[in-house]
Amino acid sequence: MNIWVYIDHFKGTPLPVSWEALGLAKRLGNAAAVMLGNHLDEAVQAAFDFGADSVLLADDPALADYRAEAFASTLSAAAAAQTPDLLLFPTTSRGREVAAMTAADLNAGLLVDVTALEVAAPGVVATRPVYGGKVLVREVCASKPALVTLRGRAFPKPEQQTGRSGPVTKIEVKAETQTSVAGYTTSEGVSLSDANVIVSGGRGLTVFPGLDEKSAAAKGFALLGELAAVLNGAVGASRAVVDAGFIPYAHQVGQTGKLVSPDLYIACGISGAIQHLAGMRTAKVIVAINTDPHAPIFQVAQYGVVGDLYQIVPALTAALKKKLGK
Amino acid sequence: MKIVVCVKTTLPSEAQVRVEGGQLVFDNTPQIINPWDEYAVEAALQQKEALGGTVTALSLGNEQANVALKHALAMGADDAIRIGDPALAAIDTLAAARLLAAAIRKLGGVDLVCFGRQAIDGDSGVTPAQTARLLGWPALTLASAVKIEAGQIRVERSIEEGRQIVTAALPAVLSVVKDFAEPRYPTFMGKRKADRAEIPVWSLADLGLPAPAALVTWGEFSEPPRRTAQCEMIAGASPAEIAEKLADKILAEKIL
Ligand SMILES: Cc1cc2nc3c(=O)[nH]c(=O)nc-3n(C[C@H](O)[C@H](O)[C@H](O)COP(=O)(O)OP(=O)(O)OC[C@H]3O[C@@H](n4cnc5c(N)ncnc54)[C@H](O)[C@@H]3O)c2cc1C
Ligand SMILES: Nc1ncnc2c1ncn2[C@@H]1O[C@H](COP(=O)(O)O)[C@@H](O)[C@H]1O
Repeated sequence: MNIWVYIDHFKGTPLPVSWEALGLAKRLGNAAAVMLGNHLDEAVQAAFDFGADSVLLADDPALADYRAEAFASTLSAAAAAQTPDLLLFPTTSRGREVAAMTAADLNAGLLVDVTALEVAAPGVVATRPVYGGKVLVREVCASKPALVTLRGRAFPKPEQQTGRSGPVTKIEVKAETQTSVAGYTTSEGVSLSDANVIVSGGRGLTVFPGLDEKSAAAKGFALLGELAAVLNGAVGASRAVVDAGFIPYAHQVGQTGKLVSPDLYIACGISGAIQHLAGMRTAKVIVAINTDPHAPIFQVAQYGVVGDLYQIVPALTAALKKKLGK
Repeated sequence: MKIVVCVKTTLPSEAQVRVEGGQLVFDNTPQIINPWDEYAVEAALQQKEALGGTVTALSLGNEQANVALKHALAMGADDAIRIGDPALAAIDTLAAARLLAAAIRKLGGVDLVCFGRQAIDGDSGVTPAQTARLLGWPALTLASAVKIEAGQIRVERSIEEGRQIVTAALPAVLSVVKDFAEPRYPTFMGKRKADRAEIPVWSLADLGLPAPAALVTWGEFSEPPRRTAQCEMIAGASPAEIAEKLADKILAEKIL
């Protein structure tokens, strides 16, 4: 089975979920990494290090900035010519979009954000969460090729072995221009989707005696930040505190925010509304800290503490710091 | 400016969805406009307010689709069209995109098509890019800020690393994310207009399309694995003692 894996990257730095897709491709057949961009030498080496059997490369100044139409045209022209059986993409903003357009170009079926995949008659069969993760559906794609985007952290990341190599084949650049990129603002970038550990805060962070909500939230998020730092994690938030303007939207976890699957999710002062759970219920271990013993978050948590986050969080930071020798 | 906004009717996010015998069972929560599509309607109305023109709401589906269309009308859309045909039972995103693109072409002279980021039932988020591709128009997805001037559109796109600023010539396709602007509430007058609206239905024949073949089919449903273990409550005489115990539990999970 010939499998192409679209390696998503930002300016030459691959997003780790691309390697998860490569790992899956290796288990299913022959894995070619497809890399579109400019100045990709390091990324190409990384693709081999993470197990690519070969690399299909379009390295060109016209692809220096991600533009959906140029990336999709380049990929679909190559796929139409070389007829791979399966194209895998990471479910990132770019991966999802290139997959969507390429499927349209090739008149092929597309399975989005899947968490399990098998190849069996009559085609590619995937499982994916729908209705905000309340249920799973098995989807069948009978077209050749089949296009599939993989949910981050649903598939294991392969071990990196430095110094591997393999054939690099150039593919033709189709630098169609419908859009131009005028620049970037990268200040709010927080990579929740790749984080091993997420420490999240909700409206419980806005009540502290003697402080207004805004100052209480600032104090609370500072405490969460310290805990996250000890765990090399990222800080997340519920919609309540995002909507109130206490933390940027990029931190929001849930149905209308990020879908995350960290190994450890610590929910502090979050009640556990169904829309929040939709974004984090697939975390491996969930810890909840909440003053209300009946908060629904305890129904999905492995470990719960009924208590005040302003007391528990700093104590937990100190305990973990000591035990981890930091 | 001739603006189209694509809206879908969905179950609200708080609805109970369960599986019995491989099939979905919904509670009888009334359906609503897909929450993301309210942002799309807001974006469409703001462009109309800035530049003049009309906003047409477009939805593909059975009579339930009128729920979303009427919400768009109540927010201020000028008119609405439903694509409906008995032959359209189970279709995939590409087939849906093909039908939406055909309707947009049939409308003629469209400058801008606004989409929501994703529908909260199928959670795909690919219809906007696929529709753009089939129309041959630029796709400006995940837009959090939009400015149109002299036939040029400038969009800030929310991506993992922050924002990408992209420009294109109209006509173009947009998908809108939450930090665009809070969607307005339907007005009383708008609701009255929506209640009275007779929404035309375009069939496959009207669009000159054959019944679509779905390349992707939905098979059986299942419930996500439930956590078997109960939540283990960690208690103690002081925050330090609780933290001590909790830290040991976390470390014993061997995930760090
Ligand atoms: C269409 C739609 C989409 C939505 N999308 C999202 C989404 O993506 N993400 C999301 O999060 N929400 C989303 N929501 C909102 C969701 O329904 C909830 O309103 C929101 O998650 C509540 O946030 P919260 O848990 O922080 O606040 P609350 O529900 O108010 O909970 C605060 C919690 O903090 C606890 N608490 C208070 N003080 C302390 C203290 N000192 N120490 C410890 N605990 C304390 C309280 O007991 C309470 O349980 C969506 C809603 C809708 C309708
Ligand atoms: N049946 C439909 N009718 C009209 N618009 C739709 C339909 N399905 C999806 N859309 C639009 O496409 C967006 C993304 O949907 P999806 O790709 O299904 O997640 C939605 O937010 C709507 O704007």
